[in-house]
Amino acid sequence: MNRLLPFVGFMLLVVLFGFGIWWNSRHDPNAIPTPLLNKPAPAFVLPKLYEPTQTVSKADLLGKPYLLNVFASWCVECGAEHPVLEAEGPTLGVQLVGYNYKDAPVDAKRWLAEHGNPYNVLIADEPGNTAIDFGVYGAPESFLIDAHGVIRYKHIGPLTPDVVASELKPAIAALSREAQP
Amino acid sequence: MTPELGQLALILALLLALAQGILPLLGAWHGNRALMAVARPAAAGQAVFVALAFGILVWAFVHFDFSVQYVADNSNLALPWYYRIAAVWGAHEGSLLLWIFILNVWTVALAAFSQKLPEVFAARVLAVMGLIAVGFLAFIIFTSNPFGRLLPMPGDGADLNPVLQDPGMTFHPPVLYTGYVGFSVAFAFSIAALLGGGLEQAWVRWARPWTNIAWAFLTLGIVAGSWWAYAELGWGGWWFWDPVENASFMPWLVGAALIHAQAITEKRGGLRAWTILLSIFAFSLSLLGTFLVRSGVLTSVHAFASDPRRGIFILIFLTLVVGGSLLLYALRAPKVASGKPFKPVSRESALLIGNLMFAVAAAMVLLGTLFPLIGDALNLGRISVGPPYFGFLFPLLMLPVVLLLPFGPFLRWGKGEAPMLKQILLRAGIAAAACAIVAAFFVDGQLKAIAGVAAAVWIVAGVLLYAYKRWREMPRGRRYPAEMAGMLLAHLGVGVFVAGVLLSESLSVTSDVRMAPGQTEHVGGYDFRFDGVHRASGPNWRADQGVITVTRDGRQLTVMHPQKRTYLRGQVQTESAVDAGIFRDLYVALGEPMDANKVEDAWSLRLYYKPFIRWIWGGGLLMMLGGFVCAADKRFRLRRAATDAVAAESLQVQETHA
Repeated sequence: MNRLLPFVGFMLLVVLFGFGIWWNSRHDPNAIPTPLLNKPAPAFVLPKLYEPTQTVSKADLLGKPYLLNVFASWCVECGAEHPVLEAEGPTLGVQLVGYNYKDAPVDAKRWLAEHGNPYNVLIADEPGNTAIDFGVYGAPESFLIDAHGVIRYKHIGPLTPDVVASELKPAIAALSREAQP
Repeated sequence: MTPELGQLALILALLLALAQGILPLLGAWHGNRALMAVARPAAAGQAVFVALAFGILVWAFVHFDFSVQYVADNSNLALPWYYRIAAVWGAHEGSLLLWIFILNVWTVALAAFSQKLPEVFAARVLAVMGLIAVGFLAFIIFTSNPFGRLLPMPGDGADLNPVLQDPGMTFHPPVLYTGYVGFSVAFAFSIAALLGGGLEQAWVRWARPWTNIAWAFLTLGIVAGSWWAYAELGWGGWWFWDPVENASFMPWLVGAALIHAQAITEKRGGLRAWTILLSIFAFSLSLLGTFLVRSGVLTSVHAFASDPRRGIFILIFLTLVVGGSLLLYALRAPKVASGKPFKPVSRESALLIGNLMFAVAAAMVLLGTLFPLIGDALNLGRISVGPPYFGFLFPLLMLPVVLLLPFGPFLRWGKGEAPMLKQILLRAGIAAAACAIVAAFFVDGQLKAIAGVAAAVWIVAGVLLYAYKRWREMPRGRRYPAEMAGMLLAHLGVGVFVAGVLLSESLSVTSDVRMAPGQTEHVGGYDFRFDGVHRASGPNWRADQGVITVTRDGRQLTVMHPQKRTYLRGQVQTESAVDAGIFRDLYVALGEPMDANKVEDAWSLRLYYKPFIRWIWGGGLLMMLGGFVCAADKRFRLRRAATDAVAAESLQVQETHA
């Protein structure tokens, strides 16, 4: 019996590891709980990317839900995310707001000209100060903000077809259900 | 076409590994010599194909073949050639290929040097190595193909993770893996012994240098990793108890125990079951480390891409290998402690206490590392135990080791003499106390520093006293055989390491300051003058480079250039500036500019004065050297005549079934 002890101990470890894999497959291990979830989005006033003299504020966007997508031309992952936004953007049923983060406007425009522009509204945050209020970790990042300006869903990292289908669309569907009655 | 050849080579290697793993075992079982003879050619063939695959991946990196996904993900046109080669093991797929490549190097060495081992035994050992290779080759082929294509081929690639773009990091993984994988030899020996039912002292003697070399490589790998963390992360720390660091530290602790247990088994025949168990543990913990790092079960600063399929594959492999060998151990391990008896005061007892402490320490590290997982399992939320847990328990467990270390060599096998021990206690104790009292005046009564001096002098005095005793009592030429010299060096290393840790931990001075150009800060007796920041650039990065002039009593010592680099793809990486010295390091890391638009103005800076920190790595290197020197002892080289004689007189272990 004594000799079986290491084996038994190891099997307990295996059970623990099996549990760990199962747990991680159901929870996103990289999920960083955002304190802003289900809280009003921070107020902001930012210039439009193509008409820098005009600004867009949080108040301008109230009334309809929208997806705020943080991107930059220097961000490699954003390149991977872009085709997904191009394909899925029109099917989402919400406005797509492009949030150009810490980027030179010239680079951003060239990048959009090259890859296509899926955004309905484009704002630029060149110094990156507003992004701090939003708690942006890095690009890409997406915030789903409802008609009342409350952040309802957040995704760090590129939106993949999987994430869009399993997380983003259900979140949007929940918003429209609320709007119905 | 060439990358596909690489994949083909891996598939052929897998087939040969299957042949190497299965046929010799069948041959050993049925006494079929032809089947047993498959082991060596199959091992050689497997090595050729794995080397070919490895070479093809290196070639793809060197020649910018961005049609290979892995190359496109981890290199670009601006990356210098040496980092392109290091990029081979810069991410998951390539590191696995390196792992297998190193396993093959060990296997080929084993095949070449095992000609004089009994045929059946050698066949079993090589077969076990083959089975390990099967697992890893299948893993790489089915879940982590490094040769996957990318269509359309991009014009340029992404970048090698900038934290890996450092000389220390280029050779850290190969050295560390050489250590990890090296424990597979002792493991294969143990499994072969369990399968055969007999554990001969001769095989332990033969296995010892392999364990020592593996452990020495592991030591070097850990030292390199620690040095890299110190120089690169910008926090001036040298060990963070991070899960990935722990993954390499656990096999190291068990390996240290194994080295000592093997000495007992070889010389006295005792502790056979324990030696077998430790060999299984050392290699299992290496595999476990791979599992923890690669499966994403634990998240850490080293976070590699996690893929649940990979996690499940490694878990199944781990269960088969470790579970299988522990079950085999339960069924076949020698039951009665054989070997010569020993008294409570004896070298065996001292080694055994040390062994237990190392094993418990490894278990303690394992528990701490897995704590977040246990927390999830018991629904306690995301909790983790950090440096406070390790920093309290680890020194506590190592205290007996440090206290007993000087006595070990003086104690005799079987039984030791108490008067002699009192004499050492007195001499080393007086030396330690005297140095501690002197040190107390220099360190302002810092208890930790005084303890560090006392412990280090205690160990070093013990080692020197023993070296002197050998010098006096033994005839010339027999005073310090390599085995003895290696032991003394490694123990000396422990003393140097202890001094380094405790002195640098207690006497370091840290200063987080905001400095405008021309401003001077006084840290640890040195004046750091900030002379502003200018632009610098390298092959694939631009940087803000600070200029800091260090003076002491008005005399200029050095000019330091810490950098904050921005790599091609936008990743930011700090490069601390270190002015190294035997007795102190000066360390400067660049923080952030006070105003992002005026980089020529004031910056936040971290200034450190770190006395004796170099002794930490110096101690580690001495331990490594000890391992290598010990392995070079002529006594370990097997002569057939001697083996036969030993085999004839060796104790046949009772075959028992629990």
